[in-house]
Amino acid sequence: MAENAKLTKSEQIVVKFAGDSGDGMQLIGNQLTALAALDGNDVNSLPDYPSEIRAPSGTIAGVSGFQMCLGDHKIYTAGDHPDVLVAFNPAAVKHSSKDVKPGGMIITNADAFTEKALEKVGYEGNPLEDGTLKGYDVKAIPMFTLVREALADMDMPNAAKDRCKNFFTMGVLCWLFNKEQQLVLDFIDEKFGEKAKKPLPQVAEANTRAFKAGLNYGETTIMFQERYDLGAAQIEKGLYRNITGNDASALAIAAAGHKSGLQPFIGSYPITPATDLLHYASEFKDLGLVTMQMEDEIAGICTAVGAACAGNLAFTTTSGPGLALKTEAAGMALILEVPLVIVNVQRGGPCTGLPTKTEQSDLLQAMFGRNGDSYMPIIAALSPADCFDATYQGAKIALKYRTPVIVLTDGYIGQGSCPWKVPTMDELEDLTPYVNFWKPEDHPGETYQPYKRDPETLARDWAVPGTKGVQHRIGTLEKDALTGAVSHDPMNHQIMTETRKAKVDNLAAVLPEAEINGKDSGKVLVISWGGTFGAVKGAVDRLIEDGKSVSGVNLRWVWPFPPNLGDIISRFDKILVPELNMGQLSLLLRAKCLVDVQSLSKVQGDPFREYEVIDKVNEMLGE
Amino acid sequence: MADTQLTKKDFASDAEVKWCPGCGDFAIMNAVRSGMVAAGKPRDEVAIVSGIGCSSRFPYYMETYGFHTIHGRAAAVASGVKVANPKLDVWVISGDGDSTAIGGNHFIHAIRRNINLNYVMINNKIYGLTKGQYSPTSEMGQYSKTSPYGVIDYPMAPLSVAMGVGATFIARGLDSIMKLSTEICERGAKHHGFSMMEIYANCVIYNDGAHKALSSKEEGPNNRIIVRHGEKMIFGTEDQLCLVQDGFGIKKANVADVAEGDILVHDEKNAEMATVLAAMRPDADLPLALGILYADDSKKTYDDMVYEQIDSVKAKRGRTMDQLLQEGHTWTV
Repeated sequence: MAENAKLTKSEQIVVKFAGDSGDGMQLIGNQLTALAALDGNDVNSLPDYPSEIRAPSGTIAGVSGFQMCLGDHKIYTAGDHPDVLVAFNPAAVKHSSKDVKPGGMIITNADAFTEKALEKVGYEGNPLEDGTLKGYDVKAIPMFTLVREALADMDMPNAAKDRCKNFFTMGVLCWLFNKEQQLVLDFIDEKFGEKAKKPLPQVAEANTRAFKAGLNYGETTIMFQERYDLGAAQIEKGLYRNITGNDASALAIAAAGHKSGLQPFIGSYPITPATDLLHYASEFKDLGLVTMQMEDEIAGICTAVGAACAGNLAFTTTSGPGLALKTEAAGMALILEVPLVIVNVQRGGPCTGLPTKTEQSDLLQAMFGRNGDSYMPIIAALSPADCFDATYQGAKIALKYRTPVIVLTDGYIGQGSCPWKVPTMDELEDLTPYVNFWKPEDHPGETYQPYKRDPETLARDWAVPGTKGVQHRIGTLEKDALTGAVSHDPMNHQIMTETRKAKVDNLAAVLPEAEINGKDSGKVLVISWGGTFGAVKGAVDRLIEDGKSVSGVNLRWVWPFPPNLGDIISRFDKILVPELNMGQLSLLLRAKCLVDVQSLSKVQGDPFREYEVIDKVNEMLGE
Repeated sequence: MADTQLTKKDFASDAEVKWCPGCGDFAIMNAVRSGMVAAGKPRDEVAIVSGIGCSSRFPYYMETYGFHTIHGRAAAVASGVKVANPKLDVWVISGDGDSTAIGGNHFIHAIRRNINLNYVMINNKIYGLTKGQYSPTSEMGQYSKTSPYGVIDYPMAPLSVAMGVGATFIARGLDSIMKLSTEICERGAKHHGFSMMEIYANCVIYNDGAHKALSSKEEGPNNRIIVRHGEKMIFGTEDQLCLVQDGFGIKKANVADVAEGDILVHDEKNAEMATVLAAMRPDADLPLALGILYADDSKKTYDDMVYEQIDSVKAKRGRTMDQLLQEGHTWTV
């Protein structure tokens, strides 16, 4: 018995799963995420999978990963270097062991280290035995052997038994991280037991046994000298669920529809890594959400524009190459001045690029990727859970200003997950005041003019088909500034172009001011946007703890900039902008704020780690 | 104004029509207005969506809701309008370039889905608005600014394409036969499903006389046949010609040479017959088929099915928004 395995209090643990894609890495990662979250930890996770659905098994190219950070405090990223790597085969060990913290733990399936498997990834000897993994705490567990033993009397093929190794591993981890086993047993029961959509009693039984075998293995072998105990994180009280960014966006679309009183509508086309959003939203038929999977990206946005013209709350969802295809139709929504929300889950580019990897390189496309002077507001989600609020806010601004809005998320936050404090519908802002369709009965004696505007928001008067007596024509040709009739008058075009720009510029005045993390002035200001928020927040917090003169600021709306940004920037000696691109926000900041921004670029398909930001700041501080 | 009292004139907006004098689009606009009268909807429940091209200026001239959109995408925009609000009578006005070149994808998929749209494709076999380039329906050898030595692309037959993707209504008209265009638009308007109406039009500036072989008094009747449901397929200047079965196909014959019972009778519900009729061409020694070639409203429309599905899922699952937000693994802090 390993009764004397020490239970160590930890503040945070970074765990990474790696194995064959299709071997359930995302699933086991999500299970541990849920388990930790249910146990009160804060969690942030990052899936990492190849673009092939089933890349050749046992190869480096086929390795799928899932990294997560659990903590007893607010966690902003999936962590830097794993404390624990669970690598299910030699390819996974070769792929991911180099990332592990010196002295960190590598749990692996000893049974997977066959000669053939080693040869496939170019290992000359067995790394478990030849010193390759010196410096790591390697736990080579014969998982297949143990699972088969545990399931010896069950009438199942060995291949099916071997698949239970994931729950065996969950058992080991549950013991290692001192988690409540009942939560996992409940999960198995929900997923495969009698209450499941498709009950699979044998699978439920096998996984339960494998899980218990894993627990017992941890408890009874002397392999583990140490266990980790994470306290519950101090987080806001309320009801929580673990959520991915894409799922959160889907929920926000349905919620915004209900809170605006308009039928929510998505016109879309499948594209990685945005597809999950459409999958989940397609299940919301009972909530009246219409989803149309169209023949291409262009049709996706065009149906959405059509639905908007008819008075639905319209959305289109996509990723980089899709946004490129939607360009002209986005301009159509802009010149028609109808509300439309474009959710763009960014991925590595250009062109097809890195479909399954994250990047923030669509910012300039979102800003300028249309012909003509065609500005539209851009909001960026900063975490998986925040995709809900960002999408909801996007819908509000689209309605209020009668404009297309781009919501930028990215593969990292779209597919990553974290706990989300579930709002009630009552708590969400009422969007009905922003709909205010123009109806003749509300304007006695007035003639409807489609391009007459609210003096404050510059939103035009909006009447939709079916409204009695105000049939009118609008189009993508330049229109008269009042009547909407086609106009080629040069001065009218000047006025309309200025008005469309002013509409977006004026939004800045009503946006929340940017908040500074740290002191109001100092040596270095680190500006984050979207998915870089977590790493920057974590890095700045640590630098401040170390007494460095560093502050951070996050841009929620990337366009227009918050009104106080220029003022904040002027109070720091140096400005750093870490971005998963070649300096796109830096370019905008230099142009708009006339400031010499230093750009920290990373385009490796992988989000920033806190240490990368810390190292750069220290370099700028001359330390 | 009661709906029933509307006339064609009520559907005319006060915008000045800016097509070239003699353009075939004028006659087609007249026919479309008749179609709208026939549909019986008030003007504020009618929406016209167009793409880009000469014909796409159409919405501005109509006293309805109108959306002049972008090149080739009218079918997709109109699909959104119709699904968003199925109560609307939604028309698409497009041209041969707009529909079959840049918008080919949306055109075929809108037909495939059988969205309840009235789709008028004005086919003048040329790009007019960009001043005279050949289109996918231009004939082999046709001269244009981008085919100074003659077109070497084979032309597309839009109605054949439509049948290939499961069309439920196809019809073909000719601008110079006003009565037929009106009849087509009226029937198309009433058809429950996607109504594909191809109307040949003359472009007086860039492709004048393109349809002369069909429209001329002397030769036209010999090169075209107007089919009517339940009627024998007889045509010609003196009704001297007819169509009879020929093995697996169809052939032209002199009425005098065949037994009366051998002359084919048009059945607008026969998809195989419509497929053959749609493909007939004068250069293959068969008359161009005009009229309502196919009309079958037994197939459900996409827009109907969208809401049927919503209703059925509501009955089965019926979650509230709060239930949806709270589904899955939740925990309380």
